[in-house]
Amino acid sequence: MKTPLLADGSAATFWLPEAASTFAADHDYLYYLIFWISTFFFIVMMGAMAYFMVKYRRRKQGETTSDIHGNTKLEIAWSVLPTLILGVFFVLGFRGFIDTLTPPANTLNINVTAQQWAWSFTYPNGGNDSILVVPVGKPVKLTMSSVDVLHSFFVPAFRAKRDVVPGRYTVLWFQSDKLGEYDVLCTEYCGTSHSLMMSKVKVVSQEEYDAHLKGLTGCQDGQSLAECGGVAFKRNGCNSCHSVDGSKLVGPSLKGVYGTEQPITGGPAVIADEQYIRESVMNPMAKIVAGYPAAMPAYAGRINEEQMGALVEYIRSIK
Amino acid sequence: MSATSIDHSPSHAAGEHGHHDNYLVAKKGISSWIWTVDHKRLGIMYLAAVILFFIVGGLAAVAVRTELMNPTKDFMDANAYNRMFTLHGAVMVFLVIIPSIPASLGNFVLPLMLGAKDVAFPKLNLASFWIYVLGAAFFIATLVMGGVDTGWTFYTPYSIKTGSSATTALLGAFILGFSSIFTGINFLVTIHKMRAPGLTWDRLPLFVWAIYATALMQVLATPVLAITLGLLVLERTVHIGIFDPVYGGDPVLFQHFFWFYSHPAVYIMIVPGFGMISELITVHSRKGIFGYKPIAVSSVAIAFIGFLVWGHHLFVSSQSALAGAIFSFLTFAVAVPTAIKVFSWIATLYRGSIEYNTPMVYALAFLFCFSIGGLTGLFLGTLSVDVHLTDTYFVIAHFHYVMMGGTVIAFIGGVHHWWHKFTGKNYNEKIGVIAAIIVFIGFNVTFFTQFIFGSQGMPRRYWSYLEQYHTGHMISTYGSYILAVGLFLALFNLLASLRNKGVAPERWRGVSLEWETATPPIEHNFESIPIVTAGPYDFPEVRAARTGNGH
Repeated sequence: MKTPLLADGSAATFWLPEAASTFAADHDYLYYLIFWISTFFFIVMMGAMAYFMVKYRRRKQGETTSDIHGNTKLEIAWSVLPTLILGVFFVLGFRGFIDTLTPPANTLNINVTAQQWAWSFTYPNGGNDSILVVPVGKPVKLTMSSVDVLHSFFVPAFRAKRDVVPGRYTVLWFQSDKLGEYDVLCTEYCGTSHSLMMSKVKVVSQEEYDAHLKGLTGCQDGQSLAECGGVAFKRNGCNSCHSVDGSKLVGPSLKGVYGTEQPITGGPAVIADEQYIRESVMNPMAKIVAGYPAAMPAYAGRINEEQMGALVEYIRSIK
Repeated sequence: MSATSIDHSPSHAAGEHGHHDNYLVAKKGISSWIWTVDHKRLGIMYLAAVILFFIVGGLAAVAVRTELMNPTKDFMDANAYNRMFTLHGAVMVFLVIIPSIPASLGNFVLPLMLGAKDVAFPKLNLASFWIYVLGAAFFIATLVMGGVDTGWTFYTPYSIKTGSSATTALLGAFILGFSSIFTGINFLVTIHKMRAPGLTWDRLPLFVWAIYATALMQVLATPVLAITLGLLVLERTVHIGIFDPVYGGDPVLFQHFFWFYSHPAVYIMIVPGFGMISELITVHSRKGIFGYKPIAVSSVAIAFIGFLVWGHHLFVSSQSALAGAIFSFLTFAVAVPTAIKVFSWIATLYRGSIEYNTPMVYALAFLFCFSIGGLTGLFLGTLSVDVHLTDTYFVIAHFHYVMMGGTVIAFIGGVHHWWHKFTGKNYNEKIGVIAAIIVFIGFNVTFFTQFIFGSQGMPRRYWSYLEQYHTGHMISTYGSYILAVGLFLALFNLLASLRNKGVAPERWRGVSLEWETATPPIEHNFESIPIVTAGPYDFPEVRAARTGNGH
C-alpha cells in the first residue's frame, strides 16, 4: 500500500467528499498529488505571464522589441520535464485503476439491476431491495445489468463508478470499513427522471446485515399484508414512477385507483381489479393507461407470489 | 512594408479612392449575397450565423443554469430541462464552435493571408455555407417538433428508444458534417496551391498552420460521424441491430464510433483557437513567436495523436483495462505538445511591447483559462482519478475551460482583432476591454465552482440534485448571468461601430498579408499579386532590434 495522504474514513475536504472505501485513500492521494503539482505549474506560468505583462507593457508606440525565435535548451527542458511528470501520473493512475478492477477472491456477491429510474439489489438469499445494505469490513462485488438503457452506478464516498450496460454484465467491487449511509447516484444520462435515480448504500454490522437479509424475502411477523406490500412497493422502486398521493410522475398515481375504470391506449377501458394490477406489474406492456408512456419494465420472475399478493393488498389500501 | 514588395497603405487603398470597390459594395442587392462566391462575404455570412446561434445556445445555457439555481424545480420540468441542455450542447458544438473560427474568420482571412484572390473552389465554398444553413434548419425543425432529449452525444440505446425528434436532429448533424468536410477540402487545397510567391511553409502565419491541421481532421474524421449517425438513424427506423441490444447490437460500439469522430472534433474546435492566439499575441506584443516550428508542428502532431485517444471517454464504460491503459497513455502523449504551445505563447511576451487592447485582453484571458482547462485534463487522463470524476461537473468545467475559455474566447478576440479589416470600422476600445474583463470574471465564477462541486460528486445532466451541492450551483448560476452581460456588451459594442461613417484608420499594424490589402479589402483582395520576402511576424520593432538601430 502507498502512504495515504488521508486516512481511510476521513471526513470531507474542500475538494472531495467523505471517504469511506478502502481505495478512496489511494484515489485522494493521487487527486491531491495532481492538484498540487498542477497548482504549482499554474502559479509559475501565470506568475511569468503577469511579470511580463507589467514589465513589458507598451510605454511608447514603435518601441524596439527583441528578435528572439526560441531557445533550444529551454524548449527541451519544458518538453522533457512535463513528459516525466505525466509518466508518473500515468503509472500511479493505472495501478489504482487495476486495483478497482480486481476484486479479491472472498467477496460477498450482490446483483444490481438498473432500470429507468430505480436501482434494485438482489442478495444471495434471493431477497430484493431498493437500497444496498452491506456488512462493514467485507469486500463486496456487484454484478450489474440494465433492463433498458445505459446507467452508471456511482458512490462518491467510495470513489467508485461503473457503467451499467444492457445486454452484458459489468462488475464493480468495494470494501467499506466505515459504518454509515452514503449516496448512490446514476451518472449516465438515462432519460426523463435520470436525476431522481438515486439510492443509498448502508454500511452496517454483520449482525444487522444478517437481520436485514432475513426481512427481505417475505412478510415479517406482526406486519399487516398491506404494510408488507408498502415495503415491497418501495424496495422494488415502484415509488420512483408511481405516487400514492395523486401527483403525476412518470406513471399514473395509484391513489384511489383500485376498482376504477382506466382508459387504455389503443384498446377498451379496463377496471383496475386484482387481475389487472397483477398483469400491470408482471407484464406492463399488455395494457398501457392512456396518456402515459410505455416505460415500465416487466417484473415477471423478479418478485414472488407472496410479494405480488402483498402489493395488490397495498394498492387496494391507498385511498 | 516588410512582407511584400508592393506598397499599399490601408487608408490609401480604401475602396472609395481606388478604381476597385471594396467587397461590401462591389456588387449590390440581396441576391449578390445569396449567390456570392466571394470568400469574404461568405466569411461574414458565417460570422452572422455563428453569432446568431451563439445567442440561441447561450440563452439555452442561461435557462439551464437558472433551473439549477435551486435543488428542485425552479421553472422547467425534467423533460423540458433535458431538451434544453441537449439544445445547448448540440447548437454550441455543431452550429457554433466547429464553424466559428475556421468557417467565419478562416474563410475571410485565410486567402488574404496567402495572398490569394479567393479559396481554391469558390462555388464549393458557397455550397458549404448553404449546406450549413440546411443542417441548421433541421436543428430548428426539431425545436418545432418538441425538441430532443438525448444529450448532444446521442448515446444508445436511449437515443434509439426516445420518442423525441432525435431522427431529425441526427439528420441535421449528418448534413452539417458535409459542410465541414467541404470547407476542410477547400482550405487544404487553397493552402497547398495558392500561396503567393515567396510564401514558403515556414513563412505561413501560425493561423494558417492551425487551419491546415484542422482541415486535415475535418476531412478525415467527419465521414466517421456521418457513418455513425447514419447507422443510428437506420437503427431507429428499421432496427438493423448494430447498437440496440434488443436486436443483438452493442450500445458501447456506438460510443467508440461516436468518439472516434468527436474526440478529433475537440481538436477541430480548439486547434483554430491556438492559431488565433498565436496571431493575437504576436501582433499586440510586437514580437516574433517564440518557437515557430514547435508551435506549427505541434498543431499537426495534436491533429494526428488526437485520432488515437477516443477511448479516454470510455474508461468506466466496460471497455477493457488494457484499452483503458493505452488510451490513458496516449492522452498524456497529446498533453505534451499542448503544454509546449502554452509555454511558447507566454515566452513570446518576454521583451515584447504589450498593448492592452481588446483582442490582447482576450488572448491573455485565453492563456489563463486554457491553462486551467489543460491542467484539469490531467486529472481526467489519470485512470483511477477519472473513475471518480467522469460524468460529474468536473468534466463539464474542464471542457468549458477548453471550449469556451479556449476556443470561444479566442474567437471573440479574433473578431475584435479583424473587425476593422471586415468592416472598416473601429469599435469603442474602452468598452471592448471592459466587456472582456466582465466575460473573464463571469466565466471563471460560473465554471471554476463546477470543479469543486464536481469533485464532490455532483453528476452531470441532473435536473434536480442533492442539497449539499446547492451553494455551488447558486454561485455558478450567478456567474452565468455576469458572463451573459459581458458577452452582450461585447456584441453591442461591435454592432454600434457599424453606425460610424467612413473608413476608420487601422490600428494594429500587422505585417502578414491580410494587413497589406485595402480595408475593407477589394473584391479580388489584391491589386496585384504580392511577393513575400519575410516572415509573418517580422514587425518593424523586431527588425529594429535585429539591425540595432532601434535606439
